[in-house]
Amino acid sequence: MFKILFFAKLREQLGTAAMSVADESVTTAAQLRQLLVDTNGERWRASLFADNIIVAVNQEVVDWSHPLQAGDEIAFFPPVTGG
Amino acid sequence: MQTLSVTVQQQDFSVDAENEQLLRQSDNIGAVANFVGVVRVSNAHSTVTAMHLEHYPGMTEKSILQVLQNAQRRWQVTAARVIHRVGRLRPGDRIVYVGVASEHRHAAFEACAYIMDYLKLQAPFWKKEITSNGARWVDARKADAAAARRWVE
Repeated sequence: MFKILFFAKLREQLGTAAMSVADESVTTAAQLRQLLVDTNGERWRASLFADNIIVAVNQEVVDWSHPLQAGDEIAFFPPVTGG
Repeated sequence: MQTLSVTVQQQDFSVDAENEQLLRQSDNIGAVANFVGVVRVSNAHSTVTAMHLEHYPGMTEKSILQVLQNAQRRWQVTAARVIHRVGRLRPGDRIVYVGVASEHRHAAFEACAYIMDYLKLQAPFWKKEITSNGARWVDARKADAAAARRWVE
């Protein structure tokens, strides 16, 4: 099981803040993103594959090739604008 | 209070009270430098009536604490504290406090600027402006990445 989180503009576009994915056949962040598009429809592609989308695994920003393990928390979000 | 501390909260903070707390961390503090970020009333596009700040609970605190630890490795930092507000804010409201206590002013000034530059680049916060022309998510600025790069030269 993976715990998935979406923030800010991405959360609004997808209409969801959090979801679980039981399919653990995916082994990288990139594969998980593709699985989310395959499962939820093309509307998700434009949002999840938009320029500059960032992925964090267990609250650390990582590359798309980062390996995933069962129980990981994976967050997708746009560039940050705090401060 | 720990030597390095981070709080994300909805409520406002007192700059004076935070500075006093920093001063109490050691009897050998020679300088306290501050940064206070405030919501502006206008941007390039329109008049801002309110700002909504969203964050990633957990990761936000961790990422800012890492920035404070990196600052402490680089400069003599006796104590440092960051407070960042979330939720609905209005023009003129304080958003962020950075306080750095050090033995000497240069370390305090530089560490304070470094912390703010990296907070803007790495901490997972997102601003949504409510303006006279509707709501819009604030875009990340290239200038912010450039500001942080000066510390790696």
